[in-house]
Amino acid sequence: MVTYFKDIYSGLVSLFIGMEVTFKEFFKPTVTVQYPYETLTMTERYRGHVELIENDEGKPNCIVCGLCQRACPSACITLAGVKPEGEKKKVLTKYILDFTRCSLCGSCVESCNFNALEFSKEYNLASTRREDFIFDLLQRLEDRNK
Amino acid sequence: MSSPIQLQPDETFVLNVGPQHPATHGVLRVKMEMNGEYIVDAETVIGYIHRMHEKMGENKTYPQYLMNLSRMDYLGALGYSHGHVLVVEKAAGIEVPERAEYIRAIMVELNRVASHLFWFGAFVMDLGGFSPLMYALQDREYILDMLEAVTGSRLTYCYFRFGGLYNDIDDDFIDAARRFIPRMRKSLIKYDKLVTGNIIFRKRLEGNALLSKETCRKYGASSAVARGSGINFDVRKNEPYSVYPDFDFDVPVYHEGDSLARYMVRMEEMEQSLRIIEQGLDKLPDGPIMPKKKPKLIKPPAGDYYQAVETARGSFGVRLVSDGTKTPYRLKLRSPTYSNMHLFDESCRGMMIMDALAFMGSLDLVIPEIDR
Ligand code: SF4
Ligand code: SF4
Repeated sequence: MVTYFKDIYSGLVSLFIGMEVTFKEFFKPTVTVQYPYETLTMTERYRGHVELIENDEGKPNCIVCGLCQRACPSACITLAGVKPEGEKKKVLTKYILDFTRCSLCGSCVESCNFNALEFSKEYNLASTRREDFIFDLLQRLEDRNK
Repeated sequence: MSSPIQLQPDETFVLNVGPQHPATHGVLRVKMEMNGEYIVDAETVIGYIHRMHEKMGENKTYPQYLMNLSRMDYLGALGYSHGHVLVVEKAAGIEVPERAEYIRAIMVELNRVASHLFWFGAFVMDLGGFSPLMYALQDREYILDMLEAVTGSRLTYCYFRFGGLYNDIDDDFIDAARRFIPRMRKSLIKYDKLVTGNIIFRKRLEGNALLSKETCRKYGASSAVARGSGINFDVRKNEPYSVYPDFDFDVPVYHEGDSLARYMVRMEEMEQSLRIIEQGLDKLPDGPIMPKKKPKLIKPPAGDYYQAVETARGSFGVRLVSDGTKTPYRLKLRSPTYSNMHLFDESCRGMMIMDALAFMGSLDLVIPEIDR
């Protein structure tokens, strides 16, 4: 009988200790961000989908060596280039990233020896259409420079 | 707990829990044969999120497969990557700089704390308490922020490389980690007060789902499931790998074998992980994070290699059979939750359904990791 009441007593005490914790938490400052009214800046190393890096003239650094395409485990990258008459380097004419398959592994960025690829800080990418995730990176680069 | 009523097998019905059910934490289906609220028989049905990770391992080159490992267990991804890089390094004879190995250990332990925090929140939520989940997620968020600043992603990291790491940690990370440790210790006391001491919580879990040592051995259980039943086995201690022999930490073992024991083991493991992180930060040597000669093409000599690691969910093993080419001949992934889960079928017989769900929560299942 005594243990029965002791149990009830210690049980009640444990509940009050728990309530004290939640009560204290109630007055702690809010730590969440009211998205979309507030947003966070992405960290320096954040990995969004890949993006082409441009040189001073606003042209892509890429020399169409195709290493990134070969390194990609999911075959997301399709690229093409032409070699204009009299030029030494190839010029990029097409760079399509199929983001539906990309796993953001970074193999492409690491394999590029010409500082032509980087991760973007893009994270607002919701869409209901699959086509919205096929990015024309060359087009995006031109749009950026407009 | 034994059932007070006599079960009538002819009066049973089949209850389908899942594949989309909040208590199964993923796409797991449990076919339960019920007699009233008591389980007569249960059958776990897996395979709903099977993605052929092992087969992909045979088709992709070694570096291309790196990111697959983090897609198995999305809560404790780094532990799995660790096992994979270690086995390939062993096979190809790649030396890892000491600093890289220390950073790996720190990262894996941070990830373990994050994983246990999420399990803690979700487990208590299964039992009907919502606030602990929010507190746990807040603490976990600090870890994810730290990991994001270094690795670039929050859950599915692709951070380890053969021979080292993708990039180095900086002073910001070290500061953040040092600040995190005392904060987390305080939180652990808070969780103790809020949950562990709670009378309702204790009464529900004490004596719930007793697992014997034999059952655990029979099914090959590991992690807190085995350690909660008195089996003192932790790969980090029993088959030391990486730099774990340098660290001083304990393996919490409980002998009760009930859900509360499994809970206590995981809660204490967090403290042990904090100790490892602390020591790792103290001992962190300077130096490179990749070997001088970066391994370019990885072609391990033909042979059979195995490496086990202790992940947040138990002992994870990678068996690599190489035929000397660019891709493995066979890559077998031994998933710890797969073994832990299959206890459930046998052990939940005769339990009430709410006890069985509490039991399932205490197993810490991550379904994509079972299905692979
Ligand atoms: S991040 Fe990985 S998956 Fe995505 S495009 Fe680059 S190589 Fe391919
Ligand atoms: S590896 Fe770099 S330079 Fe080569 S094609 Fe890809 S982006 Fe262009």
